[in-house]
Amino acid sequence: MKTFYWLVKREFWEHRGGFLWAPVITGGVFLLLNIMGIITAEVLGASHGINFGASGGLHSVMADMDSGDMSKVGFALDIAMYSAMGLLAVVLGFVVFFYCLGALYDDRRDRSILFWKSLPISDTSTVLSKIVSATVLAPVFAVIVGIVVGILQLLILAVTLSFHGVNVWHLLLMAHPFRVMFNLIGYIPLYVFWALPSVGWLLLCSAWARSKPFLWAVALPVATGLVISWFGLMGLFDLPTTWFWKNVVQRGLFSTFPGTGSLFGTSSESIGHDVAGDPNLDFMNLTNTYHLLASPNLWVGVVIGCGLLAGAIWFRRWRDDS
Amino acid sequence: MSAVITANGLSKRYKNALALDNASFQIPAGRIVGLIGPNGAGKTTALKAILGLTDFTGELNVLGFDPRKQRDRLMGEVCFIADVAVLPRWIRVREAVDFVANVHPRFDRKKCEAFLARTKLQSGQRVRQMSKGMIVQLHLALVMAIDAKLLILDEPTLGLDILYRKQFYQSLLEDYFDENKTIIVTTHQVEEVEHILTDLMFIRDGRIVLDADMDAIGERFIEVLVNADKAEAARQLKPLDERQVFGKSIFLFDGANRATLEQLGETRRPSISDLFVATMKGTYA
Repeated sequence: MKTFYWLVKREFWEHRGGFLWAPVITGGVFLLLNIMGIITAEVLGASHGINFGASGGLHSVMADMDSGDMSKVGFALDIAMYSAMGLLAVVLGFVVFFYCLGALYDDRRDRSILFWKSLPISDTSTVLSKIVSATVLAPVFAVIVGIVVGILQLLILAVTLSFHGVNVWHLLLMAHPFRVMFNLIGYIPLYVFWALPSVGWLLLCSAWARSKPFLWAVALPVATGLVISWFGLMGLFDLPTTWFWKNVVQRGLFSTFPGTGSLFGTSSESIGHDVAGDPNLDFMNLTNTYHLLASPNLWVGVVIGCGLLAGAIWFRRWRDDS
Repeated sequence: MSAVITANGLSKRYKNALALDNASFQIPAGRIVGLIGPNGAGKTTALKAILGLTDFTGELNVLGFDPRKQRDRLMGEVCFIADVAVLPRWIRVREAVDFVANVHPRFDRKKCEAFLARTKLQSGQRVRQMSKGMIVQLHLALVMAIDAKLLILDEPTLGLDILYRKQFYQSLLEDYFDENKTIIVTTHQVEEVEHILTDLMFIRDGRIVLDADMDAIGERFIEVLVNADKAEAARQLKPLDERQVFGKSIFLFDGANRATLEQLGETRRPSISDLFVATMKGTYA
């Protein structure tokens, strides 16, 4: 267990840039752009003589709202908090994608595998530590940064509105920052399961390729897809060609992007329905996102992912620096 | 004395070449063995087999383990330096020490820090900022702090200047080696390890062509400095090798009668490099 902790720590040392600084910088840029946007809006508003605050207009609008409108404001504020996470999720997807591609390849290329293999560590724990780094460590950092940025974003909005005569605390009470946090943190285990086939495929390529793992990882499924499309092979299974692109190529390569599970994993109508029906029940609600657990897509992916990872462990054992 | 390594009929085939061809050998504890061979003779493959880094056929027992099946346990007892450039370039000195200290049960942190204190390495320094010589100092400090039974060095001083090379072997002898430890070293700089080896193994085309301890080599191989007039007589005795120096001929004999040779001229013990050249004659032809 101690060894495993240090293996994960080693991954963090090596990939501090991707795991920590990438989300921190993205979050910082996000906030900066927001502040700039607000300043621009204020300046433009002032120069055109539009000012809600001075006349107390916005304040009276708030006072006139009923509870249904209030909950919509709260929902909008939650969305503001989520929006930061949305950007970070894309960054996280890229970080995990390229981390997995390099994880079992880079040390073979620079021959440092000979150093790692001179230590009493089994190849299974090495590969497991990389899986955990990709599916748990990286998302945890992204979510923490996402929460911090989301809260700052909320405060910036609140402070801006307070210049226009809106009570900051009154406004903040309508948002649900804790529920947002809870939803984001709760999403991580789902991500672990959903990302597994992609992580498995990328790690397998990373452990197996003698050179250019990226090319193999991407070209192999895409080339297969082209052949299948060309000859219409999916017709043999009574399935449209898009089935292969959607369920093999896209699922295998891009499941490292969080949220793709919720978008593609379950039938999209149910999600749309829930949000439209009641804005309080927001789309990130865990009872909503965990619908995915009922989808066979997720579990087939988990099984295939485990198989691919077993392959990665086997190749890690026998591939050396040559 | 119990053997640290017992190999029986080791073979390893790459796509188009036989890297190990039915090699058999034994290495007892407390020895410093030089595994010497031309490029592509199978040295590195043999070491990789011992370390469980490659598959092979035949029997191999290293410290009671089968390297193919028990590699991670074996590595608790074995240390390994494969030339100088294998430390990950992003790692810092303090991270390397922390990591090894926490994953290796036989690592002595105090010892390692004492070794490091003798160098110019700083704890925040990254490997990519170090010279080759400094990298090997770090690697050696890590390895010498591990109380392993077997140390394997594959071209450990490749590309180092003479100061680092001398220091490397000196540290090994003074601060590391004792009768419970075994060292296997491969190198092309034969002259530098000559005086520290206790055993010598020559490998050629995947086969062990010479396996003897240094005393036996001194008795078995004799070099004679022969004047031109006696050269023909010397040739009759079937020398391994003949070369000319300043009008005299130097003959190298394997297992000839010492008294007979002394009548031909001045006898001496051949250097390993001369022995090597004579044994490997025609390798690249």
